[in-house]
Amino acid sequence: MPAFMPLSELIARHVPDGSSVALEGFTHLIPFAAGHELIRQRRRELHLIRMTPDLVYDQLIGMGAARRLTFSWGGNPGVGSLHRLRDAVEHSWPRPLELDEHSHAGMAAAWRAGAARLPFGMLRGYAGTDLPAHNPRIRSVRCPYTGEELATVPALNPDVTILHAQRADRAGNVAITGIIGAQREAALAAATLLVTVEELVEELPPAMNGVLLPHFTVTAIAHCPGGAWPSYAQGLYARDNDFYQRWDPIARERASFTAWMERHVLGTTDHQGFLASLRAEHA
Amino acid sequence: MSDCSRDELMTVAAARLLWDGCVCFVGIGLPGTACNLARLTHAPRLVLIYESGTIGARPAVLPLSIGDGELAATATCVVPLPDIFSDYLQAGRVDVGFLGAAQIDRHGHLNTTVIGPYDHPQVRLPGAGGAPEIAAHARQLFVVMKATPRSFVPALDFHTSAGSPRAVITDFGILRPQPGSGELALAALFPGATVAEARAAVGWPLLVPDTMETVPLPSSHELRTLRELQARTAEAHRRPVALPVQE
Repeated sequence: MPAFMPLSELIARHVPDGSSVALEGFTHLIPFAAGHELIRQRRRELHLIRMTPDLVYDQLIGMGAARRLTFSWGGNPGVGSLHRLRDAVEHSWPRPLELDEHSHAGMAAAWRAGAARLPFGMLRGYAGTDLPAHNPRIRSVRCPYTGEELATVPALNPDVTILHAQRADRAGNVAITGIIGAQREAALAAATLLVTVEELVEELPPAMNGVLLPHFTVTAIAHCPGGAWPSYAQGLYARDNDFYQRWDPIARERASFTAWMERHVLGTTDHQGFLASLRAEHA
Repeated sequence: MSDCSRDELMTVAAARLLWDGCVCFVGIGLPGTACNLARLTHAPRLVLIYESGTIGARPAVLPLSIGDGELAATATCVVPLPDIFSDYLQAGRVDVGFLGAAQIDRHGHLNTTVIGPYDHPQVRLPGAGGAPEIAAHARQLFVVMKATPRSFVPALDFHTSAGSPRAVITDFGILRPQPGSGELALAALFPGATVAEARAAVGWPLLVPDTMETVPLPSSHELRTLRELQARTAEAHRRPVALPVQE
């Protein structure tokens, strides 16, 4: 049965420096609170894995927590660049960042293989692209039945996957509704699965076709309302598109980025403090 | 409707390429506006697929990301992202892929990865996302992007995707591939645009046919629908979200 603990303890106990760690969630249910706790605890040398790095990895990369990034699309959706990711790649600030770059289809295949504990994922992909020339981990295999040449990607099996979900029950089952991206695959591919949740309930109803991660797949759970903000939790709060647009000027310059992180993340002790500091700024 | 902007001409022309009932994989950025305009005008049964796993989305406002809650809440179904790429796109269930890009070459190949060398880029762009496999597996590919000599280039800095678009809609008109060579040639101009302007905006010697089509102006219905959609969207994206509070 999963252990229940505060988010600070969840990170302290399960995510050491140097871990490979995936904070998945495709636009929806991005585990921002967990990302901020990694920053507060000054994690270093992380291998970060996410299809879409989004603001959460822009922040981790800008704070120097990452050594390597596995990803497939690194922008601020509908807004523009992730300026901290760009600065790390273009100018090695605040430190150099190794890239393990894929297409979405390739990374999805790598997640599926990881969840199934197969050594590699396979797809008809990467045709005519320069990605394999720059990423030696993208290779090919010949089908033993048809002779067709297919692209391969090594399975993704992170030390730790961290998800944010709407609900967990007392037994430690976790329920997700809405856009799920590759969350299910990332959860089942990891050695350790940590989950932050909006709500704790006594007993979840049977999930039918909704996504339920049964308790024996989950290592530990932290109750963390609002833990996806400025991403969203379907049915509870909307994506803060205004903040995603305001992030662009904050992250554009090193000084304004660092000041924002020091004030709102390093200057607060937990996620409720973080949200309170933003409310105070807007009051 | 002579008071419409080039952006509006481009979006309306892009929307008209889609037909009612077609299954369309919507890329991030400009394609999203065109695809939803088509759905709200001549193609009400257009099936929009976003890479976030939303199938048959009917958003009232344009999503800022390709995974806004508005898409999930209005979709016929929401499936895991690996299913979208493997079981829908790769399996051949998508009629049209609609993409934007930072750079395009004369064959319609796209770059959304880097400007400059990969290991020491001048500009690090977002990367591939869904583009390589959308370009490869959709039955038809359309591209919509603004033209400058820095975006329509003789040689790409990086080949992100290698499809052959049936049409490229840009802010002076429409390019289509030549039979045989597949080289993109000028096919139609917007009212008010000139061949000289098109040549100046394209970084390779642009092939120009002897007879030139002019793209019909947007109808008042198309233009009103587009402007209302964009006004609703701008209002929605400014709307403050109450920060979640622990009870």
